[in-house]
Amino acid sequence: MSNNGDTPMEELEDYEKGEELLLDGTKKLVILPGASSHAASFQIEKEDHTLGNALRYFVNKNSDVEFCGYTIPHPSETKMNIRIQTWEDTKTTAVDALRKGLIDMMEACDVISEKFTEARDEFDAKQS
Amino acid sequence: MPAHEQSNPWAPLTPSQLEQRKIVSVNPETVSHTAATDIPGHWGPAQDDSWNLSRFRDSLKVDFHHNKPHDAAFSLVGVDASIANAFRRILLAEIPTLAIEDVFVFDNTSIIQDEVLAHRLGLIPLTGGQEGLKWLKWFRKPPPKDDFAAQAAWEAEEGEDSAASVPSDYNTIVLTLNVTCRWATKAEDGRDGKALAKDGESDPNVRYVNSNVYAKDLVFEPQGQQEKYFNEEEGNQIRPVNPDILIAKLRPGQRIHVRCHCIKGIGADHAKFSPVATASYRLLPQINITQPILGADAKKFARCFPKGVIGLEPSPDNDSDELQAVVKDPMKDTVSRECLRHAEFKDKVKLGRVRDHFIFSVESTGQFGSSELMLDSVRLLRAKAERFNRHLTELEEGR
Repeated sequence: MSNNGDTPMEELEDYEKGEELLLDGTKKLVILPGASSHAASFQIEKEDHTLGNALRYFVNKNSDVEFCGYTIPHPSETKMNIRIQTWEDTKTTAVDALRKGLIDMMEACDVISEKFTEARDEFDAKQS
Repeated sequence: MPAHEQSNPWAPLTPSQLEQRKIVSVNPETVSHTAATDIPGHWGPAQDDSWNLSRFRDSLKVDFHHNKPHDAAFSLVGVDASIANAFRRILLAEIPTLAIEDVFVFDNTSIIQDEVLAHRLGLIPLTGGQEGLKWLKWFRKPPPKDDFAAQAAWEAEEGEDSAASVPSDYNTIVLTLNVTCRWATKAEDGRDGKALAKDGESDPNVRYVNSNVYAKDLVFEPQGQQEKYFNEEEGNQIRPVNPDILIAKLRPGQRIHVRCHCIKGIGADHAKFSPVATASYRLLPQINITQPILGADAKKFARCFPKGVIGLEPSPDNDSDELQAVVKDPMKDTVSRECLRHAEFKDKVKLGRVRDHFIFSVESTGQFGSSELMLDSVRLLRAKAERFNRHLTELEEGR
C-alpha cells in the first residue's frame, strides 16, 4: 500500500476506510467490566491472532507487566480479548502498558521496514 | 533450568541455558524448548529482557537469498515468532488485491454453468499499472437482494457513504469476454473444418475457431480516469498475469458473452484476493556434532542429510588419516532426523532450530512484486497498531 504521493496519514485513512466498511457501527475497542487501574481486559473487534499475538509479545516485554494474555472467545466472532495486569507497586497502569506495547510495535515495524529496504536495495545492487 | 531452580539468581546464564534461549531442540520423537523465554523476569533479576529498541535494531538482520520479481527468499533474524507470523498472516489474508467479483452474463450457451464460469473468472490473477492499483478505492458491495436482514441493515445505513457502493471509475475495473465458437471455413480461416472432420481430423484447434477460451480473451475497458492510470501504451492496462489460462472450451454455435466487474478485496474474504501464491517461513536448522564422526561413519552421516549440508574434511588433530564430518550449510537441511535413526552416531549429534532466524519465501501471484508485498505487510501491521492506538486515545477521551 505504498501510495508514493500520500502522507502516512492519508495512507492510514484509506486503509481505515476499508476497515470501517466491514465494522458496520459496532464499537472497535471496549474495556470490559471489572477493570481497575492496574488490571484490565480490552475487547477489540475485527482483529485476530495477527495483531493479538504480536501485541501480547510487546506488552510482555514490559518489565512492569505482571500478566498479559489474549484470547479469541469464539472463532465464529472476530472479537479478541486482551488482558493486561501490571505490578501494583509500579505507576504503570494497564492502559499505559497497552499504549507502550503499541508504540513499541510501531517502532519495531519501522526498524524492520528500514532494514528490509536497505537489504533489498543492497542485494539488487550486487546482482546487477 | 529456569531461574528459580538456579542456586544463584544473579549468576550469568550457563551455556546450556543460553542454548535453551536460542535453540529449539529436535529430538527423535519430540521437539522441546519451543516457547520463547526472553521475557523480563524469566531468567532472574540479572538478565534484562525488557524491550529495547536500539538492542533490537542492532540484532536485527535481513539477508536476501534471491529476489526475483515475483519470488523472494530472505532471512529475517532477530524477531520473535509472533511478529514473523503476523507478517505471514498479513501477506496471506490482509493485503488488498484486485480480482473479478461480479460477472454479468449476457450470453452463456457453453457447457460451463454460469456460476462455475464466474468462479473460474474470479480466480484469474490480474495485474496492471502499480500506481493505478494503489490509487483504486474500496467498493462496498450491497448484500444480495434475497438476504432480507442484511438488506434492511444496509438500507438503514445507506445515507452516509453511498458513494462507495456505486460502481465508479475509481473503484471498479470492467473486463469483457466475448467469444463465439464456429466451424473453420475456407473463406475466413483458410481451411474447411467440416471437410477435415469428415476425413477424420479430430483436433478441435483445426476443426473449429475459438474452441478454447483463454484469459487473453478478456478485454480491458478503461472507464473515465482509468485511461490515465491504466494506459495501454505504457503497458499498464489491466490484464491477466498468465494469458494462457484456459477458462472454458466451446463447440460451434456456443458463445460466452460476459462483463466482469473487478474490485479490491482481501484474502480473508475470498482466497482469490490473496496476493501471494503462498508465503511461508521456516526456522534455520542447526546441526551440532558433539563428538567427532570419522571415516565410514562420516560418509554415512553425510548421506543422511541433503547434499551440501555435511562436508568431509581431514581431522584437525591428525590422529588418523580419516575424514571427519563437518557441517557446511545447514540452510539446505530439511530436518528429516535421519541421522538420529542410526546407532553409530545418534548420540554424537544434536539437532535443533534457531528460534529467531526465519527463512521467508514469498511467491507473488503476479499482481505485485514479492519484496514490495513484504514491505506492505510490515506497513500494514504498523497501521493496525496505529489504528488501535487511536481507538485507545478515543476511548480514554470519551471517559
